[in-house]
Amino acid sequence: MWLAGEGVSAGFPSPADDFKETRISLDKVAVKNEAATFYARVAGQSMIGAGLDDGDLLVIDRSLEPQDGKIAVCLIDGDFTVKRLKVEKDCVWLIAENKRYKPIQVTEENELMIWGIVTHVLKAL
Amino acid sequence: MRKSVFLNVFGLVDCNNFYASCERIFQPSLEGKPIAILSNNDGCVIARSNEAKALGLPMGAPAHQYNSFFNQHNVKVFSSNYPLYGDMSRRVMDVLKQFTPLVEVYSIDEAFLQFEGFEHYDLEEYARQIRKRVRKWTGMPVSIGLGPSKALAKVANRVAKKFADRTGGIYVIDSEEKRIKALKWLAIGDVWGIGHRHNKRLVLRQVRTAFDFTQLSDAWVRKEMSVVGLRLKHDLLGKSSIPLEMIAAPKKAIATTRSFESLIDDYQELRERVSTFANLCAEKLRQQNSRCHALVVFARSNPFMPDLPQYRNSTMISLPFATNSSLTLSKTALHGLDLIYKSGISYKKAGVMVTGIVPEDAYQMTLFSYENPKHQALMQRIDYLHKRFGPHKIKIANQDLNRTYKMKQAHLSPRYTTDVRDVIRVR
Repeated sequence: MWLAGEGVSAGFPSPADDFKETRISLDKVAVKNEAATFYARVAGQSMIGAGLDDGDLLVIDRSLEPQDGKIAVCLIDGDFTVKRLKVEKDCVWLIAENKRYKPIQVTEENELMIWGIVTHVLKAL
Repeated sequence: MRKSVFLNVFGLVDCNNFYASCERIFQPSLEGKPIAILSNNDGCVIARSNEAKALGLPMGAPAHQYNSFFNQHNVKVFSSNYPLYGDMSRRVMDVLKQFTPLVEVYSIDEAFLQFEGFEHYDLEEYARQIRKRVRKWTGMPVSIGLGPSKALAKVANRVAKKFADRTGGIYVIDSEEKRIKALKWLAIGDVWGIGHRHNKRLVLRQVRTAFDFTQLSDAWVRKEMSVVGLRLKHDLLGKSSIPLEMIAAPKKAIATTRSFESLIDDYQELRERVSTFANLCAEKLRQQNSRCHALVVFARSNPFMPDLPQYRNSTMISLPFATNSSLTLSKTALHGLDLIYKSGISYKKAGVMVTGIVPEDAYQMTLFSYENPKHQALMQRIDYLHKRFGPHKIKIANQDLNRTYKMKQAHLSPRYTTDVRDVIRVR
């Protein structure tokens, strides 16, 4: 709704003037920390079980700490991947949400970097 | 845990190999590999990763002469991606501002911080937190130097960087002993603000280190290096004399110049380029809320093709009033070009520079000649539309509507953070 209350010079002022609010912004919903927020595009089917389809846009917050059960953008052996984290006592698993993909166990031999935590997914329908 | 003996503390935060690091954040497989960044138009090397420096690649190396070097040593070459670098710089600065409100953005990859009322903090630990958070949130590795003045923070930063293995990228000058040790280590030519000319003269006087410089008399420094040199000396002595500048001083001159990819023989084509350069200068003036009093136009042939007729000329035109109107500046630049243009020359480079820059609010109307006030409203509208729909959508009529000047950017990385079509892909 477009409110143009302040230009009215005659008559009773609009009762809505006191309730003017800024419009809904997706940025405000999805971006909690602007300096640390980055975006990525999903390629492939490995996370379809979590609702991440090929071509979806991910919102990534680098300031969040990795936790068991979070979906993260990771770097394993030089490639970006998006997977669910499973943190165990002495190892980390990267779990795909698609039966056709095997869980990846991160061992001492792999180089894993957690690049950021996925907070939202934006999909065009 | 030690606390600083100095009440006022300054920090210098410097991004490590900033341009190369920006590229690595989005292509982490380049970690540890040599990277070179080329200037606008892919002309020469303007930034190198440590690995590229170690290979002996010089700063300013002309790219076309170094193609085989790049291939031979597997140097990953990038065209400058300023939208990416600018955005990453803003992110780093935003994180820094969470640690102290007193931040001076000194350059795209450096900021001075000032800490007031931090007497009870362990500043080294605080610096470690700053470094860690910048790295985690933005991916950018930084080095931090702390000291009782800006100049000493800069010295401490050099120590932090040079001995990164031992310092972990952080060094604090918090005692007289450390101050003197660092100054005796630092060559005079590497001191902040000591340029080539001063360096030569000081070395002739046996001033070889920053410490030697602090032993000169105030009178001599003042006489030979003006009050600027004197402030630097006191800063290095630990008496803060160079204040933090939180508001960037408007640039003294703004220039837009380009080497053309191919030679321009056609007068109309050259006019179109010059008009565009003037327009870009006007946009930059409006961005920093200032106006200019004079404009310089220059054009030249290619000196590296001695077989062709050689020509270079420039002219300066004073404006009757300070302006930042694209229309006025473009018209003036074209008038200037008419004055210097010589036919039968193949032009390789041209440019427009505006000078005599004053802040918008210092603008005074002159009595008899003034700009059509409609220009200002029109420029605001144009700037608004550019902001909304992207740059260079609106052109003035003497610019070619079909032509967008294409910089040579053969090695451009995606605009990962400023264009949604360019974001990273994750499997």
